[in-house]
Amino acid sequence: MREDWIRSDRLPHIYCAGCGNGTIINCVLEAVDNCGINREETVFLSGIGCSSRAPGYIYTDSLHTTHGRALAFATGVKMARPDLNVVVFTGDGDLAAIGGNHFIHACRRNIDITVVCMNNHIYGMTGGQGSPTTPIVRTSTTTPYGAEETPFDLAELAVAAGANYVARWTSYHVKELTKAVETGLNTPGFALIEVRCQCPTSYGRRNKYRDPVDYIAYLRTHAILRDRWIRTAEPGEEVPSDSFLIGEFIRRSRSVMGVPHEA
Amino acid sequence: MQGNIACAEGALAGGCTFFAGYPITPSTEIAEHMAIKLPKQKGSCFIQMEDELASMAAIIGAAWTGARSMTATSGPGFSLMMENIGYAVMTETPCVIVNIQRGGPSTGQPTMPAQGDMMQVRFGSHGDYSIIALCPSTVQECFDLTAKAFNLADHFRVPVFVMGDEVIGHMRERIEIPDVVQVERYRPLPQGVLPYTPVIDNIPGFAPFGTGRYTHVTGLTHDERGYPDTTNPKRHETLVRRLVDKIESKRHDIADYTMVNREAEFIFICYGAPVRTVQEVVDRRKISGTGYLQLRIVWPFPEELLGQFPNVKAFIVPEMNLGMISREIERHVKVPVFSAGKVGGELHTPKELMKIVERIRRGI
Repeated sequence: MREDWIRSDRLPHIYCAGCGNGTIINCVLEAVDNCGINREETVFLSGIGCSSRAPGYIYTDSLHTTHGRALAFATGVKMARPDLNVVVFTGDGDLAAIGGNHFIHACRRNIDITVVCMNNHIYGMTGGQGSPTTPIVRTSTTTPYGAEETPFDLAELAVAAGANYVARWTSYHVKELTKAVETGLNTPGFALIEVRCQCPTSYGRRNKYRDPVDYIAYLRTHAILRDRWIRTAEPGEEVPSDSFLIGEFIRRSRSVMGVPHEA
Repeated sequence: MQGNIACAEGALAGGCTFFAGYPITPSTEIAEHMAIKLPKQKGSCFIQMEDELASMAAIIGAAWTGARSMTATSGPGFSLMMENIGYAVMTETPCVIVNIQRGGPSTGQPTMPAQGDMMQVRFGSHGDYSIIALCPSTVQECFDLTAKAFNLADHFRVPVFVMGDEVIGHMRERIEIPDVVQVERYRPLPQGVLPYTPVIDNIPGFAPFGTGRYTHVTGLTHDERGYPDTTNPKRHETLVRRLVDKIESKRHDIADYTMVNREAEFIFICYGAPVRTVQEVVDRRKISGTGYLQLRIVWPFPEELLGQFPNVKAFIVPEMNLGMISREIERHVKVPVFSAGKVGGELHTPKELMKIVERIRRGI
């Protein structure tokens, strides 16, 4: 039962109305439940930010750590107790900015943890500053004239750094997202599930997606299935700058760290 | 045996099963030795992390599975660890950090000894807190104090520091390895008690991950359940005062020291490598009127000991910094305190200390 996984004594939660994080937490809990995972053998970790408050609402052992460092803490948990299921919630600022180094090294080690990154392209908790995934020209409190820096593609970064499983979905694609988290949990090695999601309060308000539904509609209409793109795109054709690829980016079986029989 | 190796062996004898670290002179031999030993030991793990931020994070993660965990570093790495040391303090995570001190600030003198991190170890992370810091002055003490550090960490649920220096870390001496090393683990969290409700002496019981207690751990100000409660002034004050009091109220029990010539007029107070020079002056050259207090645990500072020298006219504090602990002593006593701080990477010579005694004697 998904309800068993929730600390109902922590409600109400801190998320704004229309936030995408609740949808994602819901999908992750459905996935762990579908996988038949034992609560007692599961640890959720996170760093700092809106996304990172998620483990506080989940009724398992949980470690809400320092900004950007969740993957390093998770490495300690998993290497010391390889029999535990380790899941990390993180955000674009937490994972790609302050935690960027830990991110690529966790991928390189291919340590057996599942990471769900809520990518809303902005620092929500501190009030809407630009992040390493804020698209060019989009505005934030620290890019008032439009972002000028090229954003990271988190999924491609994880693939290049060596992760065994990488997928990207959105807060619109709940069924596919749930399935991807299940696959991540069942794939030995590092799994990254990047989830593009809406932040109406900090991102939407400044970028003409004031209503949460506006951004979900954008996610639906501008997401291109990666498989279809590979089949149909002309050689050398670039993904349109306002669109992005979704789907499975890699599923492979490179050697891994932190699985019980190797410990 | 080399000091650094003795430190690693002391950790293993004390039950350490998890080491995460990053190479740095002059502490690297500790990691190298653990890299040899831990993988051969079932259920143990050595991992080289991407930096010291990650090393500190990993040992905290491992500690929450119930493992005795440790890292080792020196000044620049120690600075990087400050963030997660604060996290370990706030979450009351037992772990051991070895700092083989070298000359600073910054990259400074990688191959030379110093004691310049004695204030950083006490106050380096943000906010009010208290920790325990041990200072070996021999290779034997590297072994003994590192093993002891794990017991203190478990008992008080606090990060415990072994503050060596390059001289002690790289020195070779004969040591005696005891047949049995005493291992005292944490108090398990009693059934029906919340994870952050103090059980005895302001210290909560410990329920490692995977034991079905579903503990939420956060660096935010939290209540007894471990849930964030960040805007309640009373909650924050109660928590921070408890974190400090659980250590400071026990400083007399924690204290580990040696007193020699208690009736002397000139008392050296020393820790780490300078102890050796003091011993040469007092124990071997028997300079009249001198005695000493060697502190094996500098933090919490055992201020009560300072009153146990009935005839003292002056305290002399030789340390390899510009007078960090001497200032701490000064605020507890009425007699003059002479700092014999020295930086540059050379130990005090007996002559230097004897000269200071002579100067004070003439001046009084």
